[in-house]
Amino acid sequence: MAVLVVADHDNAQLKDNTHKTVTAALALTSDVDVLVAGAGVTDVAAQAARIAGVRKVLTAESEALGKQIAEALSGCVVPLMGGYDAVLAPATSVGKNFSPRVAALLDVAPISEIVEVVGADTFTRPIYAGNALETVQSSDAKRVITVRATAFKAAEEGGSAPVEAVDPGPGAPATRFVSEEILKSDRPELAAAKIVVSGGRAMGSAEEFHRVIEPLADRLGAAVGASRAAVDAGYAPNDYQVGQTGKVVAPQLYIAIGISGAIQHLAGMKDSKVIVAINKDADAPIFQVADYGLVADYKTAVPELMAALAAAGK
Amino acid sequence: MKILVPVKRAIDSNVKARVKSDQTGVDLANVKMSMNPFCEIAVEEAVRLKEKGLAEEIVAVSIGPIQAQETIRTALAIGADRGILIQTDADPEPLEVAKLLKAVALAEAPRLILMGKQAIDGDNNAVGQMLSALLDWPQATFAYKIELSPQVVRVTREVDGGLQTLELDLPAVVTADLRLNEPRYASLPNIMKAKKKTIDVKTADDYGGAGAGHLKVLRVTEPARRTAGVKVENAADLVARLKTEAGVL
Repeated sequence: MAVLVVADHDNAQLKDNTHKTVTAALALTSDVDVLVAGAGVTDVAAQAARIAGVRKVLTAESEALGKQIAEALSGCVVPLMGGYDAVLAPATSVGKNFSPRVAALLDVAPISEIVEVVGADTFTRPIYAGNALETVQSSDAKRVITVRATAFKAAEEGGSAPVEAVDPGPGAPATRFVSEEILKSDRPELAAAKIVVSGGRAMGSAEEFHRVIEPLADRLGAAVGASRAAVDAGYAPNDYQVGQTGKVVAPQLYIAIGISGAIQHLAGMKDSKVIVAINKDADAPIFQVADYGLVADYKTAVPELMAALAAAGK
Repeated sequence: MKILVPVKRAIDSNVKARVKSDQTGVDLANVKMSMNPFCEIAVEEAVRLKEKGLAEEIVAVSIGPIQAQETIRTALAIGADRGILIQTDADPEPLEVAKLLKAVALAEAPRLILMGKQAIDGDNNAVGQMLSALLDWPQATFAYKIELSPQVVRVTREVDGGLQTLELDLPAVVTADLRLNEPRYASLPNIMKAKKKTIDVKTADDYGGAGAGHLKVLRVTEPARRTAGVKVENAADLVARLKTEAGVL
């Protein structure tokens, strides 16, 4: 059995999601290759080659692949599948975008966001916003899978796989890239951060969100998240949303400030190792999942927390 | 321009799903069902495009039990013009749904298929992408903003890290994300009008038949539950516990 992992990267840096997806692939077989599809990806391929356990790194380059256009990615992956029994991609906005296309073109059932490899053909995945876990067995000869990266440990470094170029495929003739607005931040990436500080609707305004949440995140070296309510209200950008329909995170420490804890938010953070909730409403549902709850108004609690962290040398 | 909007009947988004004790699935008996929220956003967007004079006809299609007619009626009350129900009591997998929708698309020849990015029951997030691939029409998923013109559609998408704008040649498949719009409440007159609109009830065989599923559900279980921890006195207490007890600082 051989498995292809499609790397998560931005043409410059390989993302940690790739290492985690390799771990899921290694649970299926020891023959794991990584495809780095993009533009100008020599460095990324070299980074992928260092992942321990990787047999071979494939590179495919074109303009459309550089923008991670779904049609270009599926057009590149499908012809490679003659040599593989499964293709795994992290369940990022790119992975979710192209992976079902590969399944359709191979006439197989896609298996979305697995959190466990039970056997070669059997996988567990969350359904109903994480309120249930479904274990499915695939009868397909080839399997097309996206992986919830937070459910897997990152594969170690230390490999030295050979790198080889493959055909980039036909691109995306009917789809044109126009523009992108990618937020630049010095903070760690939300999905991969060890600590996440999230703010909710209680912030009341974008200014307040910046003033309260960001300094605390920066003191802790944390990523910034937000509830759907805060994003919908315009207090935080879309990309900050943690939840069923936003990002799923599982950091060592998740600090929820002024977040009530709607089901859809909990679906995105309940696998965090330690959850802290600060909310003035003692009955807020977030306290039912929090390891440490502080019933207090964030307006006083956050400055006190900053001071306590400073006193503790943090 | 004709817009096709696939809609799904799913558990209401305010209902907490409960796993059956025999682990065969989620208990849907006597549970409130509604139109999947992302489908509702897609219908709303199609209606707005029609109101701007960019589309002439909106066809809502659903695959599901006879009760899915209510879901189609909801779409008609928001402003869709007519409906198609492919009636089945089976719960077809995304691949089968995409194949049926492909047959509908070939029969109806819309210029745009506008649909939700995922259903909140199976959480697959797959049908739109699969339909696009099967039709060989371009796709834009997770739409945040849609600008439609006669030959192309420009879609701003929610992606990790921010927003990406793509331009697609029509016909195309676009899937709606949460912030594309806020669906209206259908007015009483529109609900009454919707009752007079046509819903064609068809079977899967009318559209080439539904294949057998490829996935066997072995079990459905409840995830490990988190239990409430302790309430701390103040911020200093919190920091001390995070350092010593939890070891995460």
